[in-house]
Amino acid sequence: MNTGRRSVWLLTAMILGYAFLYGPILSLIVYSFNESRLVTVWGGFSTKWYGELLQNQKLLDAAFLSLKIAALTATGAVVLGTLAALVLVRFGRFRGRTLFSGMVTAPLVMPEVITGLALLLLFVALEQLVGWPSGRSMTTIVLAHVTFTMAFVTVVVQSRLAQMDRSIEEAAMDLGARPFKVFMVITLPMIAPSLIAAWLLAFTLSLDDLVIASFVSGPGSTTLPMVVFSSVRLGVTPEINALATIIVALVAVGILVAARIQHRQDKQREKDMQRAYASE
Amino acid sequence: MNEISTRVSSVAMTTGEQSVPESRRHRARRSLAVARSGRAGRMLVTALPYLWLVLFFLIPFAIVFKISFSESIRAIPPYAPLFEMVDDTFLQIRLNLANYMMLFEDRLYLAAYLNSIKIAAISTLVCLLIGYPMAYGIARSSKAVRNGLLMLIILPFWTSFLIRVYAWIGLLKNEGLINNFLLWLGLIDQPLPMLYTPFAVYVGIVYSYLPFMILPLYATLEKMDMSLLEAAADLGCKPFKAFLTITLPLSLPGIVAGSLLVFIPAVGEFVIPDLLGGPSTLMIGKVLWTDFFNNRDWPLASAVAVAMLVLLVVPIMLFQRYQQRAEEAKR
Repeated sequence: MNTGRRSVWLLTAMILGYAFLYGPILSLIVYSFNESRLVTVWGGFSTKWYGELLQNQKLLDAAFLSLKIAALTATGAVVLGTLAALVLVRFGRFRGRTLFSGMVTAPLVMPEVITGLALLLLFVALEQLVGWPSGRSMTTIVLAHVTFTMAFVTVVVQSRLAQMDRSIEEAAMDLGARPFKVFMVITLPMIAPSLIAAWLLAFTLSLDDLVIASFVSGPGSTTLPMVVFSSVRLGVTPEINALATIIVALVAVGILVAARIQHRQDKQREKDMQRAYASE
Repeated sequence: MNEISTRVSSVAMTTGEQSVPESRRHRARRSLAVARSGRAGRMLVTALPYLWLVLFFLIPFAIVFKISFSESIRAIPPYAPLFEMVDDTFLQIRLNLANYMMLFEDRLYLAAYLNSIKIAAISTLVCLLIGYPMAYGIARSSKAVRNGLLMLIILPFWTSFLIRVYAWIGLLKNEGLINNFLLWLGLIDQPLPMLYTPFAVYVGIVYSYLPFMILPLYATLEKMDMSLLEAAADLGCKPFKAFLTITLPLSLPGIVAGSLLVFIPAVGEFVIPDLLGGPSTLMIGKVLWTDFFNNRDWPLASAVAVAMLVLLVVPIMLFQRYQQRAEEAKR
């Protein structure tokens, strides 16, 4: 009786919690199909805001720029973040390790306004000193984004590396493979799923960032969040609802595909294991 | 697999054929070479991310600190140099403390500072109160649904943060969904003003940061040994008391990690108070933004950033200690 009452209470809390998380997103999706410009008055079903979205050249340009920045950022962050994870998990103690691990984890929680301001001041000082980077552009946004997303990559890869079975690496070393070869042939394929996850995480973080990009962007480099922010500041616009719906749909499809691939891989691994045991 | 075993046997054969001292010398020379190249490789692997972080993370803070002592002038860049050579012989250093004086004297800054701490602290507490039962429920649900439930917590994190904050404008407005619903129910006769109030800022922060609270809580609750609770129940302990004396203390690392993950970024939050809060909702991140972008006072904005960092340095170090311990526990 007591546990029954407790689980009812728990279930209510969970339903309310999920409703809180998803209610606002659902309301965006529903009202993106609203005919009326007044976002909260239902004027009938329509897809006209999607049409207007596709004709908004400024927004499309910004979206294209943001995608480019996100792809470059994610690639750079995965390379640097993986190296940082290797250093933290495999290299044991060395001088300067405390500072290193501090610098790796601090960007995870650092308020964006501070990171953005600090990076802008760095770019300005560098330009005065060595003449590079000349002005603010896509380059400075990518550099800034790599710096703050790299921390997230490191955390993801680090936990995979720590849980990895090292015996295969050791076997390869015993057979005379050089460290670099061991890394390329054995470690890399084994941590590949976490690298993909980290790449996607860095990609979305970069695509989503408003504050840091606002500080370090130049006149010619307006990203999607900057365009969205300036139009949202003026009030609610149905085009942004349509944009939100497209983003949510893409994310949902992406996650479903990822879950599907994961599921298939797990099954394949199970089959392989069974076959291996059977052949013994 | 086959290839490896043939290589193993061929290695065994070649070493067997060679005379002992030569093979030992050979092996020693070879391991030295591996060690040397390994050390060089290690240096390279360490240097790349290390130098990157020093250049793009550590040095920028030093520059912020430096510029917080300079004077705001109308120029490009808009601050006076701190060090200047006078007649090519003397190095003149001009330290300007006016920015920090301003932080103490102007009531706006102190109010924004305190208000940020208050809003972040209360939001963290609310996140904990909402997040704990959810994390607990997910950790105690059956394996089949657990991953799905967890996925649903992470999913909003992958959609745009800006757009999720924007969604609340449509809900909280005077002619928004919530007010329309309450009017329709007859609970109120005229719309409740919710948007552009501190309430809206709380809602926005709790909503945006809730997943950051739930995930670490879930991680600790899921690892918990359930037999402890059974033992307590067998010994006649009431469920609520068992929760207070067993579950809660065991989940403390998750509570600390989740709270820091919410509190630290929330103190410096800009987007949420800007979009949902009114002009009266002062937060330090928004003040920094206004000083930088609207007033173009870079030195003052830098001083605000330094003041914020001073406040956050202890929580950030706590968070790092937790993060390190969690990593070590995995190994």
